[in-house]
Amino acid sequence: MRGDDTFFAGTDDGRVTPRQVAGIAAGMVVMVGLAFVASPYHLFQLTMLVAYACAVLGLTILTGINGQISLGHGAFFAIGSYTSAILMANYDWPYWTTIPPAAVASALIGFLIGFPALRLGGLYLALTTFSLAVAVPQILKVNALEGLTGGVQGLTTDKPDTPFGLPLSSDQWIYLFTLAVGAVVFLLGWNLARSRTGRAMMAVRDHPVAAEAMGINLAVLKTRTFAVSAMFTGVAGALSTIAVQFVAPDSFNFLLSITIFVGLVVGGVDSIIGALFGGAFIELVPNIANDISKAAPGAIYGLILIGFMFLMPRGVAGALTSFGRWIAGWRHPLATPAAVTVGPAPDSAAARSAQRQ
Amino acid sequence: MIGLAHQVISGIANGSIYASVALALVMIYQSTHHLNFAQGEMATLSTYICLTLINAGFPYWGAFAAAVAVSFVMGLLTERILMRPMLNAPPLSAVGVFIGLLLLINAFDGWVWDYVIKPFPSPFGGSNAVLGGFISPHELGETAVTLVMLVAIYLFFRHTTLGLAMRAAAYNPVSSRLCGVRVNRMLGLGWGLAAAIGGIAGIMVAPIVFLDPNMMGGILLYAFAGALLGGIDNALGAVIGGFTVGVVENLFGAYVVGTELKLTVALIIIVAVLLVKPAGLLGRTVQSRV
Repeated sequence: MRGDDTFFAGTDDGRVTPRQVAGIAAGMVVMVGLAFVASPYHLFQLTMLVAYACAVLGLTILTGINGQISLGHGAFFAIGSYTSAILMANYDWPYWTTIPPAAVASALIGFLIGFPALRLGGLYLALTTFSLAVAVPQILKVNALEGLTGGVQGLTTDKPDTPFGLPLSSDQWIYLFTLAVGAVVFLLGWNLARSRTGRAMMAVRDHPVAAEAMGINLAVLKTRTFAVSAMFTGVAGALSTIAVQFVAPDSFNFLLSITIFVGLVVGGVDSIIGALFGGAFIELVPNIANDISKAAPGAIYGLILIGFMFLMPRGVAGALTSFGRWIAGWRHPLATPAAVTVGPAPDSAAARSAQRQ
Repeated sequence: MIGLAHQVISGIANGSIYASVALALVMIYQSTHHLNFAQGEMATLSTYICLTLINAGFPYWGAFAAAVAVSFVMGLLTERILMRPMLNAPPLSAVGVFIGLLLLINAFDGWVWDYVIKPFPSPFGGSNAVLGGFISPHELGETAVTLVMLVAIYLFFRHTTLGLAMRAAAYNPVSSRLCGVRVNRMLGLGWGLAAAIGGIAGIMVAPIVFLDPNMMGGILLYAFAGALLGGIDNALGAVIGGFTVGVVENLFGAYVVGTELKLTVALIIIVAVLLVKPAGLLGRTVQSRV
């Protein structure tokens, strides 16, 4: 029975199992419940956790699902952050209206940056995004744009108030707002990964030549995937601006891009839910490491990256999935593992679409 | 006009550094099809080792030679310990290991030698400009050292059996192994050479940009741009590309964008090359058989 599979692995044909629905509902109840018990400081950490998880999710779609490597997603985080901050500080837009423009701006710039590199295979995207990540703080500091970006000083925005007279503190409201946007972003990402387009992305990742032979336009699909990925990370940037109420060029240095990349590797490259673990890692570990010494975060990131690549290449989510399979193997010692079934099950989506044609 | 000539000459001096690092990148790319994102940090570590030896009382060129030798061994060990298990791994794993190495070396430098910016001695004397005021003695010496190194590497690859074996191992590992070339050993040697070249570039550039753990960050970016401009799989192209990027960067910095956007010039060059001529000036257009 397919439902025996663990929660994280999901089904081969992309359908949602009751266990997954129950798991997501329980997770949401816990996350919403935390709003009423956590201290303001912990609420801020949770808010940033959700924002970073969205940023990592953007990279999961790109790297995990489509196999393209970006070392510069901090740049799209910065574009989202600055779009939101500029609209709030300079044009007095309400905070919640700045998220769609942030999404559009980062998707557009992602498309423009990704297009030249994605026509070619290989490491060109990693190279281009690496240089983008290094150049971003300089671009944000440019004098000509100072009227817009605030130059080296950055921009400060107002703290959002709780609307409709709800009995919530503004910290609680910001957290719940971020959680709601994050839930939408994750639902979109999850649906995308399970859709026809998501399968095309995976085909491109696993075997570009075969995918092209089956009629997938590699350059178009890869560029669009990159735009969607940049969009998710840009939304994450806007969420972080709403939570922090401040942006400055040096927060968006090369290390931010690397941090998002490390979050991806730790959470699990190809797991949607892994992005949450990645977000938690990004929010919690540097806080602890900074207390040790200035060199500690870099050393910890470096060791973790190399260690995960050698020992746990599928990250925390991958390890949990393997552990779940191992447990399931003990519970049903004689059952055939669901993951080994060959070919589509008779009632699967693939078989149904084959009949239709 | 004199200002322009000055910018071009000082661009060539910078370009010699970019050309060296670009050559190191291309050497590793040719044999493994990986981009060594840690190349810059490896060079910074070599430079710190050189400074430590100089402070310990070694004569400059003795410290220089020792630091380059240590870099060579570090490159060899990196290949053996970190890269060989990754030989057939997906690109993401290799990129992850390279970025991890970059962070580790950077943190190590900061931990051992602190994050303060340090001056670095030059073996070529003071700051009095020579050649009619166009170039400082250090820039002249630095360019000369890198040029001698580039010629020596060319002669090594072109006219020695070992150089031929290394080129063969990079070009076609399977056939080379069948002919008796020890491919793994050649790969290790290539890594050692690349690390040594990077180390020389780091030691030569340190008196100009001063030494701190992030010294090579910008330089690596220009080297990437140079390697891409010349053709990512062509050593001569990388050298030409490196010099070109040095001159272009200086001219742009002086006359177009100013110093505040110098790093963006590298990004613009990279994007422009990918748009106009992805194979670079001298690179082969890659055609894959389906």
